Amino acid sequence: MEKYIFYILSVIIIVFAVASVSSRKMLRSVIYLLFVLCGIAGIYFLIDYNFLAAIQLTVYAGGIIVLIIFSVLLVHHIEMELEMAKVSRKILTGLLCLLGLAVFLYTIYNNDFNVVENQVTTTTYDIGAKLLSYDAGGFILPFEVISLLLLASMIGAIVIAKGRKLNDKNNEAL
Amino acid sequence: MNISLNITETIQDWLMSMMPEGVASIAAMVSVALIYLIIFAVAGLYLVLLERKVAAWFQLRIGPNRVGYWGLLQTMADALKLVSKELTGTVKADKFLYNLAPYFVIISSLMALAVFPFTKEFQAFDINIGIFFLIAISSVGVIGILLAGWSSNNKFALIGAMRSGVQTISYELSVGLSLLTMVLLTGSLQLSEIVESQKEGWLILQGHVPAIIAFMVYMIAGTAETNRAPFDMVEAESELGAGFHTEYSGMKFAYFFLAEFINMFIIAAIATTVFFGAWLSPFGITESLPWLGVFWFLGKTIVLVFLMMWFRWTFPRLRVDQLLTLEWKYLLPINLVNIVIMAVMVWLNLTIKF
Repeated sequence: MEKYIFYILSVIIIVFAVASVSSRKMLRSVIYLLFVLCGIAGIYFLIDYNFLAAIQLTVYAGGIIVLIIFSVLLVHHIEMELEMAKVSRKILTGLLCLLGLAVFLYTIYNNDFNVVENQVTTTTYDIGAKLLSYDAGGFILPFEVISLLLLASMIGAIVIAKGRKLNDKNNEAL
Repeated sequence: MNISLNITETIQDWLMSMMPEGVASIAAMVSVALIYLIIFAVAGLYLVLLERKVAAWFQLRIGPNRVGYWGLLQTMADALKLVSKELTGTVKADKFLYNLAPYFVIISSLMALAVFPFTKEFQAFDINIGIFFLIAISSVGVIGILLAGWSSNNKFALIGAMRSGVQTISYELSVGLSLLTMVLLTGSLQLSEIVESQKEGWLILQGHVPAIIAFMVYMIAGTAETNRAPFDMVEAESELGAGFHTEYSGMKFAYFFLAEFINMFIIAAIATTVFFGAWLSPFGITESLPWLGVFWFLGKTIVLVFLMMWFRWTFPRLRVDQLLTLEWKYLLPINLVNIVIMAVMVWLNLTIKF
């Protein structure tokens, strides 16, 4: 049964991925993208990686897609359609896509995948312990680096959002 | 894929005797889904009736009292009327998204229902990330509201949808963090284990002060996440007509309406599971009769639903800026400090256990 579910999910992902890049209505492409992301979450559920699936749903479907929809709502009117690209650009994009696909397929077919016999459900406890361990194979350093990066980007966002006020004060001081 | 369908085991054994394994498990899943769908469609209708009765009570009216004894069939009649109504739409709407939007809202709220432990056996899907799954699913529903507002091609609907986006993204944080505070006590995200750990006292007693703060934050943020008054900026009648569902009629409107009430039930049910011991009876008085758990669970949930209705008819509606100030300047810092307090408490073993 799992095989059929995998095929159904794959068809959903591929069909909506193509629809997402070929639709000329902006919000529709976003929704097709949402279906692609939900399909990927479905595959994570299928391989029993529940935590990652829920992360996929929260961060991508619930967070990023909502933000994209939000920005589309702000800038886009319901009657607008995206312009068709020039023929030369279409050909160039097609060639680049084919190149990407070739690299991708080459890697897939030349890689020996390890087939795991006994699948184990990854628990939140394992993930947490691994994330904060400083032994070999622990992820404490990347974890800290990423938190620093997030802090920096948050401060940056606040500075940009408050920019004008700060500048006014600076000008007065000068 | 290890889906543990507890209640379906008996159904599955019975189906297994007359058809092959794969078909039997699919048939069992479909039958459980149908049972849940029917139960919660009817439960949603009765929550609407409860809301109207409570509203009438608060405003010294009688409320619906014509259809059936004490108006008990009123919402059933309303549902029948909505089914038979014409589905209207605007001419220049994006038809595809316009028709899709209600299903987003209703499906995401129905999916969340699958994980609640009504009794030890009556739980459809005991996933090992229980609470996190609930948070993940509830974050998808807002997309339906945003789509409905935009594709209606109506400026009031659009403003309603925008407000809803702002509101849900902000308050999701508080809901998640307040639940995380309680997860510190249980050490597990799985709902059945959370209930198991409450046999030594409900979590709101185990965690005393920080747990009560977390509960208050959760109820405020939960009310805001369901877009109910006093946080109903999305469909503020006096400002926006009917908000994001202005252009919807008939069954499609009914989906939004039903989803709102099922969401209210979900928020109350999460609070019941995490803070008030789900199906556990107080002091274990009915421990010998496990099936009574359903009544305890529903009883606690109805009390919390009543609390949310009480909010609705007591507090005036907030402005958008007040709404965001409340979340980002009060609830979120309180929550973050609260998590640290709870962590220190668990570390020093200051919890109360019977």
